[in-house]
Amino acid sequence: MELIEAIILAVLAASTPLLIAATGELVTERSGVLNLGVEGMMIVGAACGFGGAWLTGSIFIGALFGIVAGALMSLVFALMALGLAVNQVATGLALTILGIGLSGLIGAGFVGERITPAVHLYIPGLTDMPLIGRVLFGEDAFVYFSIALIMSVWWFLYRTRAGLILRACGDNHVSAHALGYPVLRIRTLAVMFGGACAGLAGAYLPLAYTPFFIPGMTAGRGWIALALVVFSSWRPGRLVVGAYLFGAVTILQLHAQGWGVGIPSQFMSALPYLATVIVLVLLSRARTGGSTAPAALGTVFVPDR
Amino acid sequence: MRKSVLALAAGLLLAGSVSAASAADKLKVGFIYLGPIGDLGWTYQHDLGRQALVKELGDKIETTYLENVPEGPDAERAIEQLVRAGNKLIFTTSFGYMDPTLKVAKKYPNVHFEHSTGYKRDKNMSTYSAKWYQGRYIQGLIAAKMSKSGVLGYIGSFPIPEVVSGINATILAAQTINPNIKVKIIWANTWFDPGKEADAAKALIDQGADVIMQHTDSPAAMQIASERGKFAFGQDSEMIKFGPKTQLTSILDTWGPYYIERVKAELAGTWKSEDTWGGLDSHMFAMAPYTNMPDDVKKLAEDAQAAITAGKLHPFKCPVIGQDGKEVECKGGANLADGQILGMNFYVKGIDDKLPGK
Repeated sequence: MELIEAIILAVLAASTPLLIAATGELVTERSGVLNLGVEGMMIVGAACGFGGAWLTGSIFIGALFGIVAGALMSLVFALMALGLAVNQVATGLALTILGIGLSGLIGAGFVGERITPAVHLYIPGLTDMPLIGRVLFGEDAFVYFSIALIMSVWWFLYRTRAGLILRACGDNHVSAHALGYPVLRIRTLAVMFGGACAGLAGAYLPLAYTPFFIPGMTAGRGWIALALVVFSSWRPGRLVVGAYLFGAVTILQLHAQGWGVGIPSQFMSALPYLATVIVLVLLSRARTGGSTAPAALGTVFVPDR
Repeated sequence: MRKSVLALAAGLLLAGSVSAASAADKLKVGFIYLGPIGDLGWTYQHDLGRQALVKELGDKIETTYLENVPEGPDAERAIEQLVRAGNKLIFTTSFGYMDPTLKVAKKYPNVHFEHSTGYKRDKNMSTYSAKWYQGRYIQGLIAAKMSKSGVLGYIGSFPIPEVVSGINATILAAQTINPNIKVKIIWANTWFDPGKEADAAKALIDQGADVIMQHTDSPAAMQIASERGKFAFGQDSEMIKFGPKTQLTSILDTWGPYYIERVKAELAGTWKSEDTWGGLDSHMFAMAPYTNMPDDVKKLAEDAQAAITAGKLHPFKCPVIGQDGKEVECKGGANLADGQILGMNFYVKGIDDKLPGK
């Protein structure tokens, strides 16, 4: 029982940064912009988030630093890719490289420092319940926030007029423009939302997961978040499933090794990726026709004057 | 398209960063690093070695380093870049640089190369490494004494001989204290991913391990052990900051003396291709202070360290029994031969797990 609870807790913690970053990228891509700089924005968010928390002693301020840093990074992307209509793929990749270098520079001053990680919720009675107590009532604030975030995004995209307009920009920017919507402004906001989420996801690592900063500590999680958006076929519900599935396979393969299951560890390390591919194939086979990607994804839009 | 995009991203990241200055008549010494110098582990320790070198011989040499250089064919370009910049002695500090270093060495016979932890050499290419398994043996003694559950948790990076011999040395030592000691091994299949290392430590502790040992590079496992009130050993570096009440000791890579010795030889014109595999006796590594343990355990560790340094105790003293219950052929007289340890690809008896790939 305790072991099951421990595994679920570890899965939730491992999935949370992926879920937050992928939620942001989903909104960005839904507006028709492909920002491949998630990894770069995450690592800068991690450096600034840790720096903020280390300087002020507050995890909350650290998280804010991470959010602002990610949003600023994405603003650089927006200026280039939207303002100057530069190729989005190249700009996104450049943003990742910039982010990795910049985070090392920002973080140089506090490598080797440590902070007190984010506290976990504790409600007497409820948190002490067996099996589900700590899972439901004993997480850190980031975990609850990530769930609230994806639910809000779902509600925004499918239940509000603004969400409909954002999706319209992603599917056909010419029509959206003809109807009088400010396509570039909407896309800039969507990109900044994506950046803020990536920054927060990055900050989660040093603030709650492994409370120290080391250059490169995101270790490719930004790329996984990008893959999850494709995996989810741009739908928030499937994104949640994908993020937790990925986290679950990652954690379970470690436990399987500890139990001494006689499967090569290299294969088990590859399992999360294999699972992603298999689900992707199943989903695309089950689909009733047509691609679900935003039709204008990654295409440059220059409004006529 | 996304696939090609990722490949492109990987390619662009190789660029690395260069720090260099120029002076006319100083000997130029180059370093290739796997990680960032701030990784607090493997690369950090190599850079401490470089700094010691600069402190000692700074008026006669100038050093350049390239950090974040990925292993594999791309390393070749980075090494050549250092050659073209005029470096006459180049240290490549990770196992995966072996073939690239050899290739560049053949191309530039007048430049000297030093490759860390590999086994291929040439007229102008030396190798150097440390007998870390000696340190692991000491850790095994401490772990068995400190464990209440009798279950040790071991986080491996990749199942290469260096890591496998470390696991075996640990268990052989632990068995001398507690013949029924168990070890749970998790392979992270990475040297550096703090999140994954933390997850592995959590899994091991959740499965009953109460002393965590690691052969991966970040202090994440130490922090998890600290959070859960267990014990752990550091890796490569001093990690006590991340677990003041947790770290028992740590194997510290101390490359400085070796770098100074080799550069002195280069300056004197006596540099030769050599194969250096030093242990506690030649100061290729050191043990961090023995902390958070009772005095008798500390004494046990210190005695073992002294005996190993003096050559009186060998972790792989024959007979060594393999997992299949058969005695391993003893090629080194009283102990396993160096070659057997350098190529170790089996678990010893008492490890209730299967070595990946076996």
